[in-house]
Amino acid sequence: MPDGMPERVSMAEDDEKLDLELIEIQLLTEGIYRHHGFDFRDYSLPSMRRRIWKRIYAEGLSTVSGLIEKVLHDSSCMERLLLDLSINTTAMFRDPTFYLAFRRKVVPMLRTYPFVRIWHAGCSTGEEVYSMAILLQEEGLYDRCRIYATDINEAVLKKAKTGIFPIATMQENTANYIAAGGTGTFSEYYTARYDHCIFRPSLRENVVFAQHNLVTDASFNHFNVILCRNVLIYFNNVLQDRVQQLFLDSTEMFGILGLGRKESIRFTVVADNYEEIDAEEKIYRRIR
Amino acid sequence: MRRWEGVERRSEPRKPAGRQIELIVIGCSLGGMKALQTIFSSLTDEFCVPIAVVQHRHKASNESLPAYFRRESHLCVVDVEDKQPIAPACIYLAPANYHLLVERGVFSLSVDAAVGFSRPSIDVLFESAADAYRENLAGVVLTGANADGARGAQKLKRRGGFLVVQDPAGAEAPTMPQAVIDAARVDRILPLDRIGPFLVELCRSSAVVKSGRA
Repeated sequence: MPDGMPERVSMAEDDEKLDLELIEIQLLTEGIYRHHGFDFRDYSLPSMRRRIWKRIYAEGLSTVSGLIEKVLHDSSCMERLLLDLSINTTAMFRDPTFYLAFRRKVVPMLRTYPFVRIWHAGCSTGEEVYSMAILLQEEGLYDRCRIYATDINEAVLKKAKTGIFPIATMQENTANYIAAGGTGTFSEYYTARYDHCIFRPSLRENVVFAQHNLVTDASFNHFNVILCRNVLIYFNNVLQDRVQQLFLDSTEMFGILGLGRKESIRFTVVADNYEEIDAEEKIYRRIR
Repeated sequence: MRRWEGVERRSEPRKPAGRQIELIVIGCSLGGMKALQTIFSSLTDEFCVPIAVVQHRHKASNESLPAYFRRESHLCVVDVEDKQPIAPACIYLAPANYHLLVERGVFSLSVDAAVGFSRPSIDVLFESAADAYRENLAGVVLTGANADGARGAQKLKRRGGFLVVQDPAGAEAPTMPQAVIDAARVDRILPLDRIGPFLVELCRSSAVVKSGRA
């Protein structure tokens, strides 16, 4: 044990600090909600805590209370925190086996519909929306589909609308595309220039990008497919239940719900409303 | 102010004497599969404290890891799903390409950026578990070729947890356990074959309580 290491001076003192930090985090989220309107109060605590501390250090601060002051008096700091709290990592054909399962098990059902409405909730910078558009084009279904791609964050939606992605990611994207059962040549979907690629405009012809907040906004349509992958993991149980209810209210009977690989409806209130289409890939069908 | 009340705050004062281990977190990397196997196979039948494990694994690694360990243990072994409750007599593995985090009584996952090139990250598991379980937590760092886990072990000690490290001298890759020894006040440095029996001993009192409740 080297000198100068943080020793546990007193258990009571440290516990008190930890309890105080919880109060500070509550005050922070309450303040953000009342002043800025973004509701992070029911976000999952451990991830919130990590993301908040990351921002505290980046701002050169040392306490949550310090961040409260800055966030309430400096809107640019709020914007930076909003990016920290709301951006989810994504990639084209992320988890390729999900798209493979979707192609094999969901597409045949969708063929029987004259028109298909898809809601991609929490689409982030759009990579997975373009992936779905490519899949639907290859299956000859795209012309009768409309994809509503939503996110809480305006900045990422703006990026998604451009259809421009860094060329550095294309090697991984191509590998994913092939593993996802792509039937064409991936490079035909984009044009590369300098260090970026722009995807075919036809891919977003039937896509509507719009701001929607899963925490505070209501249902806005009925859908045949709802995709929400790796978004709900940032919510606590209470909020997950609420959003799952929102999805249920927004899904047609026999509609499809697609979650992230390690997300599950098992621990939510809507568990009995769905049957499993693919247990591994977390593809469900509403049955009641 | 209703929301996180009771998540981590204690309603009753802590028992002054004696430590009750309610959760064990284990981190390992290179050589970890064999090391985990050794530990799991030496856990006795009455042992039922839940164990959460981060073993660095490739992001495209398949689902066979739980099945692999199931042969070694009477405990149930699963890849964690988000918001899965933490139950006794279970070994919980961090799934490939997700961080595993702990709240009191329940797991959370995240796809936040890799920490020190790792997702899952041992630091992320240890730090969140330390906040949630404080002195009711035991952490074990095994063989590995990087320093993931050192920061988490530091925090675990700051929150009053119990820290066990595999003796680097006998470890397949000594870097990871050595980094922890350099960074934190370690409670026990043990050769691999003694870690399992030691955990059984450490948890004996809590095991009785747990099975009495079940």
